[in-house]
Amino acid sequence: MAKSAKKSEIVVKITDMHKWYGQFHVLKDINLDVAQGERIVICGPSGSGKSTLIRCINRLEVHQEGSINIYGTELSSDLKNLEQIRSDVGMVFQSFNLFPHLTVLENCTLAPIWVRKMPKKEAEALAMEYLERVKIPEQANKYPGQLSGGQQQRVAIARSLCMQPKIMLFDEPTSALDPEMIKEVLDVMIELAETGMTMLVVTHEMGFANKVADRVIFMDGGEIIEQKDPQTFFTKPENERTKLFLSQILNH
Amino acid sequence: MSDTQKYAPGSHPDLPPPPGTIGVIGWLRANLFSDITNTVMTLLSLYFLYWFLNASMSWFLLDAVVNANSRAECREMADGACWAVITKRIGQFIYGFYPVDERWRPNLAFVGLFIAVLPLLYPKTPFRRHMLWFSAAYPVIAYYLLCGGIFGLTEVGTNTFGGFMLTMIVGVTGIAASLPLGIALSLGRQSRLLSVRVISIAFIEFMRGVPLITLLFVASTMLNYFLPPGTTFNLLLRVLIMVTFFAAAYIAEVIRGGIQAIPKGQYEAAQALGLNYWQTTRLITLPQALKISIPGIVNTFIGLYKDTTLVVVIGLLDPLGIGRAALADAKWNGLSTETYMFVALFFFVSCFAMSRYSLWLEKRLSTEHK
Ligand SMILES: Nc1ncnc2c1ncn2[C@@H]1O[C@H](COP(=O)(O)OP(=O)(O)OP(=O)(O)O)[C@@H](O)[C@H]1O
Ligand SMILES: [Mg+2]
Repeated sequence: MAKSAKKSEIVVKITDMHKWYGQFHVLKDINLDVAQGERIVICGPSGSGKSTLIRCINRLEVHQEGSINIYGTELSSDLKNLEQIRSDVGMVFQSFNLFPHLTVLENCTLAPIWVRKMPKKEAEALAMEYLERVKIPEQANKYPGQLSGGQQQRVAIARSLCMQPKIMLFDEPTSALDPEMIKEVLDVMIELAETGMTMLVVTHEMGFANKVADRVIFMDGGEIIEQKDPQTFFTKPENERTKLFLSQILNH
Repeated sequence: MSDTQKYAPGSHPDLPPPPGTIGVIGWLRANLFSDITNTVMTLLSLYFLYWFLNASMSWFLLDAVVNANSRAECREMADGACWAVITKRIGQFIYGFYPVDERWRPNLAFVGLFIAVLPLLYPKTPFRRHMLWFSAAYPVIAYYLLCGGIFGLTEVGTNTFGGFMLTMIVGVTGIAASLPLGIALSLGRQSRLLSVRVISIAFIEFMRGVPLITLLFVASTMLNYFLPPGTTFNLLLRVLIMVTFFAAAYIAEVIRGGIQAIPKGQYEAAQALGLNYWQTTRLITLPQALKISIPGIVNTFIGLYKDTTLVVVIGLLDPLGIGRAALADAKWNGLSTETYMFVALFFFVSCFAMSRYSLWLEKRLSTEHK
């Protein structure tokens, strides 16, 4: 796949950002620019702040210093239309977080109907389109509890896409899945990347990073330690901690 | 079918289950006679059932008297139960002292109640949407139907209300009003706003911490504190408010348990999709929390329904009160078994119906492994 590091519009701009959990300094001086259509993979040891970082981008977590700009709007406490921003930033969680009391179709149409005020018929047509994209249109009327993990995660992706977001965040989307289901989810994500979606993906699937990412970011101890294109990242990492991490993750 | 038959790997056909493991025989075997202990318990139970029915049927039905004018007359006719104490006063048991000529009004209100409640309890009701309008208007309709004062209906004082009618009024109003109030309190208790939280917690803890009887006794004084001076309160209204508040506090706690059982990821997903607080509460939190809480909510409702008998201590004549009045009558003196059994049966039927409904609802709402 052609990895065109397009120097186009910056859609996410994080500047000198810090975050604390109480006394604990979890994110330290984060600077990150994401261009339109860029695919970024974030990796790093457990507890390094990867989830916290991407959760700050749709303000599921609140940062205390520095700034985060999404399409030119700064995330701050006096932001009036936070819901508007969130609906433009899709998020897929490790634990799927589908709504168990709603069918697959209802999971997908809920937000378009209530947030985008889309007519039900239209929302359903859109949902079916995305369920087809993730290859489970036949499960539309089942409940999440009746699906396998891989299917649930694909529904979760379709649910996010139904809001027609401009940016997609993924927080370890495959790490709760059995090995045979990982591929079906990654395939969907690769297809999504091919459509030109801006993606920030926390994952340890280095094959995926190698194939899809424009940039790989390595985090440790709440800092961005190193960021490179995947080729360089895997073959010539500079930092000792990156080397250690790569040796651990690639050697099992 | 033979045990020895072998198939090439991958070609094993679906075979029927061994005989005696399915159908009636299979069920009997599995549930009643699975082993020696089970068989002994089954036989003992059957014997006990036979003995009980044999001993009680004659008293309940065969030797019972339904029509007589006093206990003495009953005793002359047979030595079973003397249901005449009920049949002679059945009107009072049902309507209390509601004027006899106007009893069609509570009857009509009762039929209306069914029509109003049906679309709420049963989502497949035909014309549900239209019927819900009637449900919404029903409290007003029922009020004017029972109390009168418009459309040429004679005014009837609430002090004449009694019997099962009173139980239904207090029970149904309490249930219908305490659920929304309880939901509001449970949400208030978890509110972001400290003041809302404090008020909700204070209300809940106070209502739960005081016996209902006390609340009923002090209702008038207490309500006068909260309401503008000079408001006078009808006794029944006071009871309705107190019973509602009391049940709402319990329901709030039951629902809070349900809300806390919802994983954090549900809210995060809702937020990430751009749903706001009220949308999340309505579409994600409450449907799940209420479903989890159904057994606890119905438990509270059943408790409320039975607690309506407490109104007797402040002078309202519910079925128990009517029963006591009947027993105080020299003619029927000493028939407490019959009287209380009848009242008990009424409560049991109502509460059992609620319990079954809740089981049905739980099953209908279950979304896993259908
Ligand atoms: N709500 C919280 N309160 C306090 N500390 C937290 C909270 N959430 C996370 N942390 C801490 O912040 C640090 C970073 O957490 P984060 O979840 O971002 O790590 P991560 O890189 O995603 O790790 P993993 O790979 O295990 O998911 C961890 O040390 C964690 O214990
Ligand atoms: Mg994480």
